[in-house]
Amino acid sequence: MAHWRLAIGVALALFLAACGKPAEQVRIYNWSDYIDPALLEQFTQETGIEVTYDTFDSNEILETKVLQGGTGYDLVVPSNHNLPRYITAGAIQPLEKAKLPGLSNLSPDLMAKLAVFDPSGTYAVPYMQGTIGIGYNTAQIAKRLPGVAIDSWDVVFDPKTLAKLKDCGVYFLDASEDMYAVALNYLGKDPNSTAAADYGQATDLLLKARPYVRKFHSSEYIEALANGDACVAIGYSGDVLQAKARAAEAKNGVELAYVVPKEGSQIWFDVFTIPKDAPNPDAAHRFLAFMLRPDVIAKASDYVQYANANAAATPLVDEAVRNDPNVYPTPAMAARLFVTTTKDQGLLRDVNRQWTRVLTAR
Amino acid sequence: MRRDRSRLAAILPGLWLAAFFAFPFVLVLKLSLSDTALSVPPYTPQIDWSRLNAFIAGLDVETYARLVADRLYLDAWVSSLRIAGTATLLLLLIGYPMAYGIARCAPPARHALVMAVVLPFWTSFLIRIYAWIAILKPAGLLNAALAKLGLPAVNLLNTEAAVILGLVYAYLPFMVLPLYAVLERQDGRLVEAARDLGSPPFRAFWTVTFPLSLPGVAAGALLCFIPMAGEFVVPDLLGGSETLMLGRVIWTEFFANRDWPAASAVAVALLATLLAPILLFERQQAKVLR
Repeated sequence: MAHWRLAIGVALALFLAACGKPAEQVRIYNWSDYIDPALLEQFTQETGIEVTYDTFDSNEILETKVLQGGTGYDLVVPSNHNLPRYITAGAIQPLEKAKLPGLSNLSPDLMAKLAVFDPSGTYAVPYMQGTIGIGYNTAQIAKRLPGVAIDSWDVVFDPKTLAKLKDCGVYFLDASEDMYAVALNYLGKDPNSTAAADYGQATDLLLKARPYVRKFHSSEYIEALANGDACVAIGYSGDVLQAKARAAEAKNGVELAYVVPKEGSQIWFDVFTIPKDAPNPDAAHRFLAFMLRPDVIAKASDYVQYANANAAATPLVDEAVRNDPNVYPTPAMAARLFVTTTKDQGLLRDVNRQWTRVLTAR
Repeated sequence: MRRDRSRLAAILPGLWLAAFFAFPFVLVLKLSLSDTALSVPPYTPQIDWSRLNAFIAGLDVETYARLVADRLYLDAWVSSLRIAGTATLLLLLIGYPMAYGIARCAPPARHALVMAVVLPFWTSFLIRIYAWIAILKPAGLLNAALAKLGLPAVNLLNTEAAVILGLVYAYLPFMVLPLYAVLERQDGRLVEAARDLGSPPFRAFWTVTFPLSLPGVAAGALLCFIPMAGEFVVPDLLGGSETLMLGRVIWTEFFANRDWPAASAVAVALLATLLAPILLFERQQAKVLR
């Protein structure tokens, strides 16, 4: 009996101690491998706000969670082309710009591109930007395609070329909207086409490439490229660069390269937004103010090897990262990059149905 | 008094079923009859519970019409049942001798062996499936072993064979345990009597042991078949793009199309087909109890 009372007493004391002074918290839901953990510690040290940090690996999962509501997150990071859906659904709240003096640091060029999705930057603060391109194993490709310059989507979309690479491992993204955008662009069509016939042609193109593709997956190619299981992949710039860094770290003799093909490709932005039902929007604003500081976001870019949207931060970014055209596109390359727009529900459904046909041949 | 208590005993499972099966099912059913919408939550409820007339008129069966019109769903349904059926058959072929062997051991060894069957559960399911990737991948352990033996390499990863292998591996304990429970309880004297009357061992097994173990066979088969038909993780990790299963179709509807009604409709259709074997099993169990 006495034991019980003691136990209950101790439990109660612990409970009260835990409740006594709740530390302020900000809960962030971001892409995996997408921040320098040291920055989160620095934020807590400077503000006393604790950070709970969770990760996801696809826009689809993020949107499904946020649109259901009640996620408990104060900040979520969707990509540009999904943003209008969040705004229309009323899933995110407008920013209190008075709390974000650092907004003036953002690159005007980039904000102009973003205005298509979020007019006058009411809802979103851009975080990083990247491209879709081809990641490849230099030695393996040179052996199979001697003398061929790897600078065109032909490498992955021309069945004749692709057939030569089948045995060393070809990976495509399993992301219908991204894949159709680059396929349409390769065919000389508008990557944001709303014409069903265009998507039909893109499907034919992808179906012809399909027999030579080992796997359609949006993240497995990172590891596969790094350990030599894959020799070519359609992937996201930072992911391929991470695979390259992993291979170099493992010293396994795998040498990787990334290229944005000459026909052009998609550029995308990931943006911070605050869900409508965020428990602590004030802490979210303080985190955004922190991330808008040039010294902070420069460190973030050094770590993840993606370009940030902060013009004032560019000189502070590590030279090797800043001068890499695959991270910070040169003006010539930037001219070949396009953004994708939002599809309506009917078109989205049709495109995904065609994508399922590509995946399953049914 | 006695009767009251037994009635109470029947109410509890009933409540359980109502709270954790019937109620969620009604929600899913309602969702499957709704429209998609770009809002929070991402669908418009099509049912106004207060007016029953409007309720009937407002039902949106368009989603179900699509399930019938597009071959994809039927194909996915057939291949899910085929894969789950093949895996169940293999599980029976592997699990039965295992359970039989364990039940025949001396009690201390028996407990150790049952423990060994359960032991893999101590590692995360996901990690065990990832381990299979390491074994089956082109430069994996399996091909390294085959090369040592001078045999040609096989490419199993991302094929339907790998999915079935993964399913059989993951669900084996669910087959062995119910079979073991039935076989261990069996009265050994029945087989002895058959043998004394001149029945050869296999015939004694086939006419005495096996029929008596049928409830265990049914329980094990259902326990494996039903979750395997809707399995998502194993086909996603070990299967290739062309491995079409309903779990994957539901994922696409839910996440890629953001179409909750369609995802719910597929789930309802799957449940409806699985209900038949469950009801058969129930009737058979009732017969056994009587």
